Amino acid sequence: MRPVAVVGIGKTPFGAFPGRDLRSLAVEAGEKCLTNGHIAPERVEAFFLGNFAGPSFVGQNHLAPYVSTALGIHGVPATRVEAACASSGSAFFHAYTGVASGVYDCVLVVGVEKMTSQPTPKVTEILAGAGDCAGEIKAGSTFASLFAMIARRHMHEFGTTREHLAAVAVKNHANGALNPDAQMRKVITMEQAMAGKPIADPLNLYDCSLISDGAAAVLLAPAERAGEFTDKPVRVLGIAQASDFVALDQKPDITTFPAVRRAARKAFDMAGVGPADIQLAELHDCFTIAEIIAIEDLGFAPRGEGGPFTLEGHTARTGDKPINTSGGLKSKGHPVGATGVAQICDLVLQMRCEAAERQVPRHSLGLAQNLGGSGATCVVTILGTV
Amino acid sequence: MSDATGTIYTETVIYSATEAFAADVPYQTAIVTLDSGGRVTGRILGERVHIDDRVSRVEIRDGVPFFRKLG
Repeated sequence: MRPVAVVGIGKTPFGAFPGRDLRSLAVEAGEKCLTNGHIAPERVEAFFLGNFAGPSFVGQNHLAPYVSTALGIHGVPATRVEAACASSGSAFFHAYTGVASGVYDCVLVVGVEKMTSQPTPKVTEILAGAGDCAGEIKAGSTFASLFAMIARRHMHEFGTTREHLAAVAVKNHANGALNPDAQMRKVITMEQAMAGKPIADPLNLYDCSLISDGAAAVLLAPAERAGEFTDKPVRVLGIAQASDFVALDQKPDITTFPAVRRAARKAFDMAGVGPADIQLAELHDCFTIAEIIAIEDLGFAPRGEGGPFTLEGHTARTGDKPINTSGGLKSKGHPVGATGVAQICDLVLQMRCEAAERQVPRHSLGLAQNLGGSGATCVVTILGTV
Repeated sequence: MSDATGTIYTETVIYSATEAFAADVPYQTAIVTLDSGGRVTGRILGERVHIDDRVSRVEIRDGVPFFRKLG
């Protein structure tokens, strides 16, 4: 295996864009990425598209060549990857293996989702397709309710509180307010976060990520050739994908995600670093409790202490372990299939010192964690400029 | 050991549902650890339950178990 670098990034803003269709969003992100990597589409040797539910949200199948040809990429393998909310993290992982193994020298990965063309109850139903439709979903579960049950158990076992959950939302909104591409650029108070409309007890509206349209793209190349594309390459130092049960009721312990732990262990081993070395991270805060558990599963804090770790300010932009300086899924937005690649883009922005008002001072070693469903897929990526 | 009785492992009350369940909100779902072993996700009827409460299955509708608090 040879070293791989991210040599280009591109993103659309995240939000509700009634006039935009899935393909136009994906093409915008892809074109920005090719421009950023200073190459013509003809140089792309393979195309991966991360997308969760285009066929359900907009009725279009065969999405990878549908998007790649619109980008001017013709004839090469074009593959869609679906892994619920980890779709584009997984697309990125598979693109990485293609470059690391020497099969390709230049791969474009795009993640996209167009969600806001459907009313909220329909979006809830489509998202529920990432769960076990013959079991938990048939019983009336929504994704918010699955994470609510996780939160309830975490509170029972470790004393995690509503205030801990709210602290995640307040912190991520504060970061998103500084991100011009974020969907909800609104600072919220602790009181607001505690008193949101109930969604699935103990989670309220402010514990839930947003329904979004958007796309993100990255370009991968062998590290030894990165200089052909950019002056600011960022190396993929470690990466791993892991899997687990889809149904929450099959997991022996729902207060931890084994797929996160497994992917993290492999990625840390590959990079030769540990949790204490990571200087900033983009974590999958689909619900506030998910960020708290990710903090624990990645080893940033001991088990059960993710809530206090957040409330104490460690994960704030000005803290010693900044998490989700982009605003996270909570404030930046969560166009499901775009999220994994968007996390990589946001880390790269920080590592290139291009994050403007939200720039953090220590940015040479970053980690992205992309979670699918209630933990059935996880991709952990460690990026570095050292 | 019975698969019709068990203990609440975790629970939630749902206020925002899909269209198929919109008429039911708010409703409670739970993961129940069955006395016979294993866990199942089901609906709760009647009184609200909490973690460690004992429940009994009162019916199965279209494959979904419905539980009620014991005692």
